[in-house]
Amino acid sequence: MSVPAELNYTSEHEWVAITDGVATIGITAYAAEALGDIVYVEPPEVDTTVRAGDTCGEVESTKSVSDIYSPVNGEVVDVNRAAIDEPELIGTDPYGQGWLFKVELSQDPSDLLSPEQYTQLTEGEG
Amino acid sequence: MTALGNEAASAPRTTPLYEVHQGLGANLVDFAGWLMPLRYRSETAEHRAVRETAGLFDLSHMGEIHVIGTQAAAFLDYALVGHLSRLTVGRARYTMITAEDGGVLDDLIVYRLADDEYLVVANAANHDTVVAALTDRAPGFDARVDDRSVGYALLAVQGPASARVLEPLTDADLSNIRYYTGYRCSVAGVPVLLARTGYTGEDGFEIFVEPGTDAPRVWEELAKAGEEHGLTPAGLSARDTLRLEAGMPLYGNELSADITPFDAGLGRVVKFEKEGDFVGRAALARAAENSRPRRLVGLVGRGRRVLRSGHEVLCDGRNVGTVTSGAPSPTLGVPIAMAYVDGGLDITSGAFSVDVRGRAEDVDIVELPFYKRDR
Repeated sequence: MSVPAELNYTSEHEWVAITDGVATIGITAYAAEALGDIVYVEPPEVDTTVRAGDTCGEVESTKSVSDIYSPVNGEVVDVNRAAIDEPELIGTDPYGQGWLFKVELSQDPSDLLSPEQYTQLTEGEG
Repeated sequence: MTALGNEAASAPRTTPLYEVHQGLGANLVDFAGWLMPLRYRSETAEHRAVRETAGLFDLSHMGEIHVIGTQAAAFLDYALVGHLSRLTVGRARYTMITAEDGGVLDDLIVYRLADDEYLVVANAANHDTVVAALTDRAPGFDARVDDRSVGYALLAVQGPASARVLEPLTDADLSNIRYYTGYRCSVAGVPVLLARTGYTGEDGFEIFVEPGTDAPRVWEELAKAGEEHGLTPAGLSARDTLRLEAGMPLYGNELSADITPFDAGLGRVVKFEKEGDFVGRAALARAAENSRPRRLVGLVGRGRRVLRSGHEVLCDGRNVGTVTSGAPSPTLGVPIAMAYVDGGLDITSGAFSVDVRGRAEDVDIVELPFYKRDR
C-alpha cells in the first residue's frame, strides 16, 4: 500500500501535507482500501475552527461510515468540491485529486507520524 | 478514521475455494463463522457486472441439509410452513421454518431431488438452529436429517449472461432448467446439482458441487468460459446490495425469531391449505387474522447520506419505525433501504425522514422491490 515519503500521517489513517502554514488533509490509500467504494464525503465547512483530534466530518462507503478527524489546529480555508461531487476520487487518487480539506494552522502540529511510523502502524493492523 | 475492517473472534472455517480467493486478492471477512470474500476489487463494479453481464460467487457457507426417507415429504409438510409434498421432483420452493409461536427461524430454499429425498438450503448463520429444529421434529416420521453443509461447495453464476457462460461447460440442456428448478448433472466434468435460483434479482444458476469433488476446477472453468462474457468474481458486499435492490429479505435484518412471515409481507409462504398440523400453524393462523403490528416498506433517500440498519424512521418528527437494511444503490444511484414501520401508519401522507446520526434525512416511502429486471 502506498505511503508517500513527503507526507505526514495520523493513527486515524489520514495524511497531512504542510505548505506555507496551510495543511492539506486526506485519507490514506490504506484507509480507502479498507473502506471499499466511497459513496459520500462531508468535509468540514470553510471558516470552521478545528482542533486536533476533533471529529469534523464523515466518509461513507457501501458498507460503513467513518468520522473524519482534524489532525491539526486552525481554520478550514478550503474543501475539495470535486471530491464531494465525485467521492470515488478519494478511492482512486487518495493523495492527489481525492484530498478533503485545507486548514490554515494556528499552531504547529504535534504528534504527526512519519511515513516509516505510519507504515509500521498499518503493518501491525494488517 | 475509525472502525476499519471486522476482526475475526475465533478462527473461521474456510470454503473449498479459499485458495482461489487468495489468488484473486479477495478481501476476506468472517461471515457467520466462515471466511468469505467481501469483495475482490470494487463492490460497485461487481454489482454492476451482475446487472449487466454476470458475476461468480462462492456461497459455500450456506447450509445443505438432505432429508431422506419414505415420509420425507410428510415430514417437511409438518416441519416447515410450505406445502413441500406438492413439490414435483426437480422443482424448488422458497419457504420458511418457524417456531411454535410463528417466529421465523430461517428462510429456506427446498429442492425435491427424488420422491423420497429433499435438499434444504439454510442460511449459514442459522445452520445449527435449522439442523436442530429439523432433527427435533423428525421422530415419528420415516425421514432422516443428513447435514452435508461442510462437504458441499456452492457456486453461483448470476446475471443476464449466466446461461451463455454455463452452456459450454454442462451436459444439461439449460432451456429445460427453468426458474426454481434444479437437477443433477455435470459442470466442467464434476457432478453437481444445477439450479436456476439466486438472490440477486437476475437470471442465474446456483451450482451445488457434491462433497468430495473438485470445486476449484468448477470455479476455474467458469471463470475461463466467462471471460468473453464479462463474468467477474463477486463478493458478499455486492450480493447484499443486489438482494436489497431486488427487495429480498435477509435473515438477521428483515427476518428474525420476533417476526412472523406476515410481518415481513411474506404470508404467502404459509400454506394453511395443506393437510394436518404443522409447527407454528395455530400462531400463524392468528397472525394472519390479526392486524399487522408492523409492515416492511422501501425507502429512497432524497440526499446522499446512506440509510443503514438501526436508523430510526420518522414521520413528522415522530419515531414510526426502524431501518433493517440500507445501502447506496449502485443501479439507481440513490440511498435505498428497507424498514419496518408501525402497522397502523398511513404511509400515503406525512413527511418521512430517517435519523442518520442525529440529522434527519428526507426519504420517500416506495413499493418494493426497488429494481426488477426486464424479462
